[in-house]
Amino acid sequence: MPLSRRELLTLFLGAPFAFAACRDTSAKRLPEGEIVGQSANIGHILREGRTFEVPPTNWETKRVVIVGAGIAGLSAAWRLKGKGFDDVAIIELEKEPGGTSRSGVGKPVNYPWGAHYLPVPFAENADLVTLLDEMSLLEPRGPNGEIHAKEEFLCREPEERVFYKGRWYEGLYLNAGASQEDKRQFDAFYAEVNKWINFRDGKGRRAFVLPVEHCSDDADATALDKLTFADWLTQNGFDSERLRWYCDYACRDDYGLKLEETSAWAGLFYFCSRVKKSGDESQPFITVPEGNGQFVNHFVSKVGDKVRKNWMAVSIEPKESGVEITCLVDGTLRGIKAEKVIFAGPMFTAAYAIRGFRENPPFDASEFQHNAWFVANLHLNERPKVRFTSDFPLAWDNVLYESPSLGYVTATHQKGMDYGPTTLTYYYPMCAEQNARTTLFDYDRDQIAEVCLSDMERAHKDIRELATRLDVMRWGHAMISPRPNFIWSGVRQKAMQPYRNIHFAHTDLGGVALFEEAFYHGLRAADAIVQNNARS
Amino acid sequence: MKRAPLLFLNVFIIAICGLIYELLAGTLSSYVLGDSVTQFSIIIGTYLFAMGVGSYLSRFVDKNIANRFVEVELAVAVVGGFSAPLLFLTFANLSYFAIVLYGIVFIIGMLVGLEIPLLMRILKDELDFKDLVSRVLAFDYIGALVASLLFPIFFVPRLGLNRTSLLFGMLNAAVAIWGTWLLEPLLKKHITLLRVKGAVIIILLAIAFIKSDKLTTLAEDSLYVDNIIYSKSSHYQRIIVTKGKTGYALFLNGNLQFSSFDEYRYHEALVHPVFSTFRGEPKRVLVLGGGDGLALREIEKYPSVEYIQLVDLDPDMTNVSNAVPALGELNHHSFHDPRVHVTNADAFVWLDTVESDPFDIVVIDFPDPNNFALGKLYTTRFYNLLKKKIRPDSAIVVQTTSPLMARMSFWCIAATLEAAGYDVKPYYTTVPSFGVWGYALASLSPFDAPSKVRDGIDTKFINAEMMPSMFEFPKDTSRPDEPVEVNRLDNQALVRYYESEWRRFEQ
Repeated sequence: MPLSRRELLTLFLGAPFAFAACRDTSAKRLPEGEIVGQSANIGHILREGRTFEVPPTNWETKRVVIVGAGIAGLSAAWRLKGKGFDDVAIIELEKEPGGTSRSGVGKPVNYPWGAHYLPVPFAENADLVTLLDEMSLLEPRGPNGEIHAKEEFLCREPEERVFYKGRWYEGLYLNAGASQEDKRQFDAFYAEVNKWINFRDGKGRRAFVLPVEHCSDDADATALDKLTFADWLTQNGFDSERLRWYCDYACRDDYGLKLEETSAWAGLFYFCSRVKKSGDESQPFITVPEGNGQFVNHFVSKVGDKVRKNWMAVSIEPKESGVEITCLVDGTLRGIKAEKVIFAGPMFTAAYAIRGFRENPPFDASEFQHNAWFVANLHLNERPKVRFTSDFPLAWDNVLYESPSLGYVTATHQKGMDYGPTTLTYYYPMCAEQNARTTLFDYDRDQIAEVCLSDMERAHKDIRELATRLDVMRWGHAMISPRPNFIWSGVRQKAMQPYRNIHFAHTDLGGVALFEEAFYHGLRAADAIVQNNARS
Repeated sequence: MKRAPLLFLNVFIIAICGLIYELLAGTLSSYVLGDSVTQFSIIIGTYLFAMGVGSYLSRFVDKNIANRFVEVELAVAVVGGFSAPLLFLTFANLSYFAIVLYGIVFIIGMLVGLEIPLLMRILKDELDFKDLVSRVLAFDYIGALVASLLFPIFFVPRLGLNRTSLLFGMLNAAVAIWGTWLLEPLLKKHITLLRVKGAVIIILLAIAFIKSDKLTTLAEDSLYVDNIIYSKSSHYQRIIVTKGKTGYALFLNGNLQFSSFDEYRYHEALVHPVFSTFRGEPKRVLVLGGGDGLALREIEKYPSVEYIQLVDLDPDMTNVSNAVPALGELNHHSFHDPRVHVTNADAFVWLDTVESDPFDIVVIDFPDPNNFALGKLYTTRFYNLLKKKIRPDSAIVVQTTSPLMARMSFWCIAATLEAAGYDVKPYYTTVPSFGVWGYALASLSPFDAPSKVRDGIDTKFINAEMMPSMFEFPKDTSRPDEPVEVNRLDNQALVRYYESEWRRFEQ
């Protein structure tokens, strides 16, 4: 389905963009580049429901097989290794481990393909603190046990800037031109947020904390999950356009959903879960050029020998004792007989991969819905030219107010490299598009590159001249979508229960796509197997 | 005929214009290339020689002498009038500057050399040869005197070099148009065309005169009190060198870095206390920033120093003393010392990525922290990275902006060094073109404030009597009672202090 440039842009960026971008009819330059990552076709083999016969000589045995080498699967393997479980295999569909925390290797620095930061955890999140200590990311504990990350890993100022009507401003909330009423509503919004930060239920639990499993299930809090964040804002009298944009940006950034699609519980979770007590700053971000790829790389350094790349689990069959996993590897079928399986893929795929799941489902896998994204990495031979000297300078996170994209992060920022070549990672959650996933996979590299460059060009006229390469990652099922009536519907709790000898571990089980959730559920599943083993 | 006296007035003005162009060229070249004796000598020689060439060539003009005369005058108006702006525009590329300079001087000289013989031939039928020669040459030399007096007294101080040049171009063209009336009977055809040409030239020069700010250095002339003699937009910053009554000054992005009038105060105060602080014989010295080479000049006074590593971001900055020879004289050609090794890199990235043997002394001379890219060079992270390049007994000095104008900024840098684990001794001195200026001595081991310059080191400013007083702060610059934030990569507290403090002094 070849589309004209205008149709393409209309579809993505809306008509005004398309007309603006098409005013110049001369052919515009596209830098070279490619689509990275696996094609969707491989994963979709699962949907065909074929039967697979493994030749008898192709069977092996493992104590534990982990399906999926994203953060949840790698965290589980890291934990199992720590507990002395060595007979483990991690099978991964893609050619690289890491899932949506993957990163690219390049010059002048590495760059992320997805998740790119981790807020410093609270001391209560002891497992995560252990991991960060193991990675030498933390300073020695403070006198009262405070957790401080090392300066070089804490996101360097300036952290954020926003582009609005041709100029760059400091911060994410658009202060420039805000009316008294805008400011009043902004303060009133944070007063509401602070109320929820200070909330404690009868058992002393917070309303919003990481992991989600530790959040209060008090009805006062969980009632928020029944309405959208947009409705919650309206009910509380928040109609300031820039405040609603700010909240909408938060939803798109963390969940890939619009304000009108996001659960109010999830919306407030974003603002409340990383603040210790009202009035405090949000926990600072840990970041490096490759983003959360640093965690993948660390896990790989510990358990990388167990990862089998390009292995696709086409059938996971629970048996009387143990599980038989059938994998498609380079066109041949291979089998693993395991005592236990940790299923660390997106939850909806469980229904396709696990034999007997659909006939007798332990939970409704279709409740776990995901959205589509694309991420582009633009390699520039020079920084974009500064148009106005009073513009706020290039920051780590650079957001375009009038764009459906999330803007871009600068890979070189954290290393203090302020001049010369850099890599910009551009994020685009497809929450405004109809049939987003189909649209995304119908587009080729050039078409997606055109969408990205047309959008970036509004802020950086010289972006096409500067870009030496533009690669694209299409994420068909990028993030779990916390729409209303999902997080507290009970489906997550069901999915946390093992199904025969299969344990589930994925950020989906937290209902929000965050490193902390994936890590928590990876460890939880691993611990269940370890305890089970101790009992038997 | 009444024509002759008026034509002598014409000669007089031509003579003034010609000499003005010559003086402009001489001034500009001595600003840019330095060494005024050599420059004026070569310019005058070239100009006189070119006049001789012009006079010789006049014999080949046989027909329409009056037309040729007016045309030559118009040509002088164009070349001479635009000479200074053109030379300013070629500053950025110095390899062409000399070619353009001597080319212009030669062309003007040749054209002026053509004028007098042609005029004498025009007037030869109206006067005795004796009278003619005496009067033409007399007016010529009187004009030269008037020009040479007015140029330094009136034109350069009032109009600047560019406007002077453009004004005399207009005067020259006006005289040429006037000449078309004076010589009307002698002019063969095309009188109107000559007048139109003259008018167009005057209009162009007038436009340039009005727009001369933009034409020359993109409105920078108005920003700088003195004449800009070098300007370059490097990859990283805009470098400007000016020359005025008190000497040379260098600006980066509009911020004064030094003035030759009092820079020795700044650089002696920067370098000598840290050398006195270090206990042993300093051998290896690291200079971060300092691309003007002036700190190097002071460092090179120490014979024990064997190796000096200078890291400055901008190759155009470390080259500025080659590009502007006067600055090379000012820093005593410090970059030519074989002990000096220059690396062009961001010091933050250099410290993070380049391995090196430890240094005895580190001199940190960055521009003030007025943006985030500079602010990172004053963070705990930066001072922690520096620890990989020093030993516990190494001595460090940091320029720390003005404790009077930016008190919190000054003490923020001191607090940051302390937070990074250094023993710190802040101090200050007075540098008239900057004001009260501050520094911080630092070392990983405790040390006492130095009391004198090392023996055998020649200084113009610091002596043993005043050195201890540099460490005593008066009430308005001492450490504030309120807590001062530590500058970290993740807060850039210093840039915010600095902005709010210096903004008070902006208009």
